[in-house]
Amino acid sequence: MFILFGMPIVQILIFGFALTNEVKDSRIAILDESKDEASEAIIHRLESSLYFDIEKNITQPQLVDAFREGTIKLAVVFPQKFSEQLEHTNAASIQLIADATDPNVATTLVNYASAIIYDSQNDLKGFKELPFKINTEMRMLYNPQMKGSYNFVPGVMAMVLMLVCAMMTSISIVKEKEMGTMEIILVSPIVPMRVIIAKMVPYFILSAVNIASILLLSVFVLDVPIHGSLLFLISECLLFTLTVLALGLFISTISGSQQVAMLISLMGLFLPTIMFSGFMFPIENMPVPLQVISNVVPAKWFYYIVKNVMIKGLGFQFVWKETLVLSGMMLFLMAVSIKKFKVRLE
Amino acid sequence: MNVIEVENLSKHFGKFKAVDDISFNVSRGEIFGFLGANGAGKTTAMRMLCGLSLPTLGEARVAGFDLYKDAEQIKRNIGYMSQRFSLYDDLSIRENIRFYGGIYGLTNKQIKAKTESMLHHLNLEEEANKMVKSLPLGWKQKLAFSVSLLHDPQIVFLDEPTGGVDPITRREFWTMIYEASDKGTTVFVTTHYMDEAEYCSRVSIMVDGKIDALGTPLELKEKFDSPNMGDVFLKLARKAKRGDN
Amino acid sequence: MKAVSANSIKKIFNVEKSTVTALQGLSFDVEQGELFGVIGPDGAGKTTLFRILTTLMLAQEGSAQVDGFDVVKDFKEIRKRIGYMPGRFSLYQDLTVEENLSFFATLFNTSISANYDLVKDIYEHIEPFKYRRAGALSGGMKQKLALCCALIHRPTVLFLDEPTTGVDAVSRQEFWELLKNLQKQGITILVSTPYMDEASLCNRVALLQEGKLLDIDSPEGIIKKFKKPLWAIRSTKMFRLLQDLKKMDNVESCFPFGQEHHVTFKEVLNISSLEKELTALGHRDLKMNQIQATIEDSFMELMK
Repeated sequence: MFILFGMPIVQILIFGFALTNEVKDSRIAILDESKDEASEAIIHRLESSLYFDIEKNITQPQLVDAFREGTIKLAVVFPQKFSEQLEHTNAASIQLIADATDPNVATTLVNYASAIIYDSQNDLKGFKELPFKINTEMRMLYNPQMKGSYNFVPGVMAMVLMLVCAMMTSISIVKEKEMGTMEIILVSPIVPMRVIIAKMVPYFILSAVNIASILLLSVFVLDVPIHGSLLFLISECLLFTLTVLALGLFISTISGSQQVAMLISLMGLFLPTIMFSGFMFPIENMPVPLQVISNVVPAKWFYYIVKNVMIKGLGFQFVWKETLVLSGMMLFLMAVSIKKFKVRLE
Repeated sequence: MNVIEVENLSKHFGKFKAVDDISFNVSRGEIFGFLGANGAGKTTAMRMLCGLSLPTLGEARVAGFDLYKDAEQIKRNIGYMSQRFSLYDDLSIRENIRFYGGIYGLTNKQIKAKTESMLHHLNLEEEANKMVKSLPLGWKQKLAFSVSLLHDPQIVFLDEPTGGVDPITRREFWTMIYEASDKGTTVFVTTHYMDEAEYCSRVSIMVDGKIDALGTPLELKEKFDSPNMGDVFLKLARKAKRGDN
Repeated sequence: MKAVSANSIKKIFNVEKSTVTALQGLSFDVEQGELFGVIGPDGAGKTTLFRILTTLMLAQEGSAQVDGFDVVKDFKEIRKRIGYMPGRFSLYQDLTVEENLSFFATLFNTSISANYDLVKDIYEHIEPFKYRRAGALSGGMKQKLALCCALIHRPTVLFLDEPTTGVDAVSRQEFWELLKNLQKQGITILVSTPYMDEASLCNRVALLQEGKLLDIDSPEGIIKKFKKPLWAIRSTKMFRLLQDLKKMDNVESCFPFGQEHHVTFKEVLNISSLEKELTALGHRDLKMNQIQATIEDSFMELMK
């Protein structure tokens, strides 16, 4: 009952308020190499905008790190002697560097920034009578062709693994309960651990095949390159697979019928994966409570890892925290489900 | 007067003759036992008589209506109860009665009157608003039987009605069947259990789609020189060629 | 050593706020090599009892040993030794007959060939269908396959929970013959059934009603305890006869029993006066015989 009446309300609220593609308070960095009147004026303009949360006084090397760590999505770079150039040539250019792993967000940010810069030309007219022009140069980091697939390949990977592992494992175990075969298996001398492993192995293999095919497809058909270490990427995928397998096992211990297992998998896993992994809706724009919730969604961490390793080409030192979180989740879920896996009925 | 008349009735599924040329009559108020091993064709035959499926060959009239032309009329004039399904577990007793009353087109007034007399008769007045699932199996069966008689059908079909209840409840159930038959309702029972067959006024035994024996339990026991119906049944069903596979 | 010994087993279930006492302190022993029947209607607690003895459930009170091992402490040991066939068909429907059998053999660390002699008689019935999926078998065949699977590791005690429910009379009889043969091979068998007529096929039976044991004895022993004279009475109008008999002062109990009514009387019966009385009420073709009680008569007497 709650599901039937509650679902639409919850969904409307979530989609209406929390999940927006709009960009708000995005962290951007400004590298001002000229620090003169004109640049200050533009920066001031950018600062007063609601869209951005500005990090000033950043140095070139810091900028590179900030992009890698994903702390900023956009950087505005003023060249040296910006005002002078404007005065003498009536033209100057500002470089906009965007993190294009999510091309939608990147485009939006770049458009906002360009619009503000264009507007600020009026402010600058005061000190120079002649018509002049500020050009914006765009650079799309990591994804110069602005391909959507850079964004959705990691997302799809998370979703497929979620579906195959969690849902299928839970259903296959619950099915045994429903059919009564679990009763006979329990009465046999086989240890519960072996039953669990036997249930997990096929789906683990299936997932490995799925991972391989997704990676092959993305590299050779979608032209999404793997910038990081392939071995490292695959081991992260397998870690995530184990985490979801454990989740599936956990679901099977709390549900009594295949329908319930299916419902929990869909409502409790699939939807959150879509909503809170950050692949459809940027997490930064959600209200704080939802951002907190998103932390318990394993797919969020996995999505972050895959994006960084695959698209940005980062190594372990940049994703060790997320890897640790995933491993923690995996061990916790495994432990709980093995403990909850009953050697008796009831 | 015959309420069921069956002449050379057959139902074929491709080359398989599920029901192979059966003929029998059932008269008003009779308790007719319809026995057969698994796969003998009992269920198929009963489905045809309930107007749920059309025969391949043969004639039959149920409650005075032709099986081919008036299937809908037949459904109005029969009641049906099976052990597997009859009542809705998550409705109360009262709601179940209302529901079935509605299905059979009874007016609200009729339903009300019927409900009260039925609850009184079954001694369920205090439980009337309880969910059916909370009732003991025996009560459910008695209630299901009463509900199948709600619209005063001429014939009531009982598909393996009394499995698994205690012997006293079982006898109370059979007493209800006797009572219905005494009032003129024809009762058509299928069952696996041969001791139930002994309660029937007449019994037919189907083997491989045909009726191999038909008569009162006493006649059949004498004919097959058996101490009980179970033995009669085994003697007949043992020679089945198709049956259990 | 007893094959099974239960000491005041009590089991309570919590069902939606209320509690249901499924077993109210059962105690009994089953001897080695016995064919022991647990007989009672649905809801009597048969399945719960079997689940406790097969280590699938824990009782709140009491203790039980199977083959000398405690059902709680030594459940792993018991699981190696017993065979269990649950009430509903619990095999893999999408595996073939043969695959099911070899799966269960593997589960118990054995092979089909190692114990083929034990299951041979039963397996021969289903061998023609060994490549058929278990789900496509008829009721009787499924029972036989399930029995094979429960036997494949040569258990010392076999628990069969309502193996004959929903199975037709021919298959039921065959099934009981198979059980008799297994008993000859030294296996202790506990079988539950709601059908009173199957009691006579067991060495001893426990009559179970609402979680209480009504009696434990051999079928003959139980019948012998029915001390009152029992009469079978028949006339042309059975329903009227039932009503009329129930109204009589001297009648203690009257139950329909197929073609007859089984009647006990409070005082010694004067047959001719009863016959007169009934004839006056319009009954024809009266037949009255004193008869021996059946298990069902005894069960109803004990239920009072």
